[in-house]
Amino acid sequence: MSAPVAEISPTKTPAPPSRERAGVAFAPPGKWGDRLFLGVTFSFSAGIILLAAGIGFSLWSNSALARKAFGFRFLIDQVWDPVAGNFGALTFLFGTLLTSFLALLIAVPLGVGAALFLSELAPRRISDLLAFLTELLAAVPSVIYGLLGIFVLVPLVRRFLEPVLGKTLGFLPFFRGPQYGIGFLAAGLVLSIMVIPFIISVSREILLSVPPLLREAALALGATRWEVATTVALPYARSGIMGAIFLALARALGETMAVTMVIGNTPILTASLFSPGYTMASVLANEFSEASGDLYLHALVEIALVLFAVTLIINAGAQLLVWGVQRKKR
Amino acid sequence: MSPRHIPIDLGNYHRRKTWNRVAFFLTAVCATLVLSSLFFILGYLWVNGISSVNWNFFTKLPKPVGEAGGGMANALVGSAELLALAAVFGLPVGVLAGVYLSEFGRNRFGDLVRYMTDILNGVPSIVIGIFAYALFVLPMKRFSALSGGAALGIMMIPITVRTTEEFLKLVPDSVREASYALGVPRWKTVLFIILPTAQRGILTGILLAFARVAGETAPLLFTAFGNRYWGRSLLAPVSSLPVMIYTYAVSPYEDWHRQAWAAGLVLLTWVFLLGLLARTVLRKPASA
Repeated sequence: MSAPVAEISPTKTPAPPSRERAGVAFAPPGKWGDRLFLGVTFSFSAGIILLAAGIGFSLWSNSALARKAFGFRFLIDQVWDPVAGNFGALTFLFGTLLTSFLALLIAVPLGVGAALFLSELAPRRISDLLAFLTELLAAVPSVIYGLLGIFVLVPLVRRFLEPVLGKTLGFLPFFRGPQYGIGFLAAGLVLSIMVIPFIISVSREILLSVPPLLREAALALGATRWEVATTVALPYARSGIMGAIFLALARALGETMAVTMVIGNTPILTASLFSPGYTMASVLANEFSEASGDLYLHALVEIALVLFAVTLIINAGAQLLVWGVQRKKR
Repeated sequence: MSPRHIPIDLGNYHRRKTWNRVAFFLTAVCATLVLSSLFFILGYLWVNGISSVNWNFFTKLPKPVGEAGGGMANALVGSAELLALAAVFGLPVGVLAGVYLSEFGRNRFGDLVRYMTDILNGVPSIVIGIFAYALFVLPMKRFSALSGGAALGIMMIPITVRTTEEFLKLVPDSVREASYALGVPRWKTVLFIILPTAQRGILTGILLAFARVAGETAPLLFTAFGNRYWGRSLLAPVSSLPVMIYTYAVSPYEDWHRQAWAAGLVLLTWVFLLGLLARTVLRKPASA
């Protein structure tokens, strides 16, 4: 524990905070107590790093059999046959990407639009109230979205949305085929409702952090409020909003319960949004607890590994974007 | 920023005014659409669930498949048990790491911890479940309440760390300096002066962490698993409210659907209460 203790010394910590110096100069009676305290809190912090690394390591080592047996083919093979011991994750990968893409397609315009309303037009009090309601919406558990998905959304999709889409846009390959209600379309809709609150609250925060001086300058030049929003606020907040969208994407990719409950859980590779499908997260939810045989289990863990890696990359990118905006603000 | 062409047609004031109104009207429609979904969710849960939230629901065990009636007493107790275990696993790590970040973490190691916390926050809950499975269920060869609690505990860490750090940083440095000036060692200052001063904020973070994991289902599917009876020990599988909602909702039985709605209503009420409590704790004037 010698390295962290050195942090207390004034020479190591960069300049100003006077308390760093005070802590050393005036607190000799607690030297051992201080070391112990620092050691304990330090090791718990280190524990977080170990935990994150441990998750990656355990997924890596518990998927060894599948990685050896299938190699890269795992990602481009669409056969999933636990009985014959043949595993390829393509259909799940496809389902995850398609539903998430669909969700963003709906959620981004709605979410950014609502965020613009909250930050640019609504009076501060109403904006705060609506932001609070958005937080509540974000707190609704996934399984409850799934419950409403099964009993409310799926019948609506089957009875109204799919017939209408089939009739008007049926010439496109996306809107053909039997109309079950369950499937990619329903999953995409549920996901979009689930990620919109994230897009709204992060975008609103960022839009509200646009310096008022910039807005006022544009207003003084005679711009309408909408012109201020689109030519001043949005460009300023652009990378932050991109970050919000990436965070939403990462969440949509890993979302499990609600999707599992409405997607139909059938591994199919098709262009039709009406078709039932399967995602990486939902195959884990359905098959993991009854996976028999080591290879089967390792194949499932490899799916989790892919999911982990993808969300990790997206989150890391999003974090950098959001941090970028916050640094600009200072 | 270099001067550039601003895409505004300055010529037609009337048209610009109209477009301003139309565009903002559309954003208002977006906001209304999104927020109305909250009321739809509450409304549907209330209409379908309230009639089944009764004495039986809270006191009876589930009936065997096919028999009507029964309740979810074991799932309610199981959920409480899992949350308590999660608190044991997650809160000490979260709060102490938060203390480290706020009091000693102005360095690269601190930044690394912050970054890892954010990463951990973004890991899909089902992946956390698989990690807990590999850590506990595989070596012990049994589903257990312990493994479920660990999975939820890991999920509580990030939010606890960040809120603890934030609220400790809000305590003015003058408080710390006053304490040092009286000869109080640093660890005593943090434990007995800084932490109590920031206790409301830390409590808020803890409540938010509870609200976040109270409805989690995915990480419990293959850790705590589920149980039609009482969970006898920490090493036995245990039932929980979210998992019951899932199992009952995807089942083909009419009576189970009825109970799933009731359980959904109870779960959502519980989650919202935690969230509201977190807000009111914070609202009250802090002592510092």
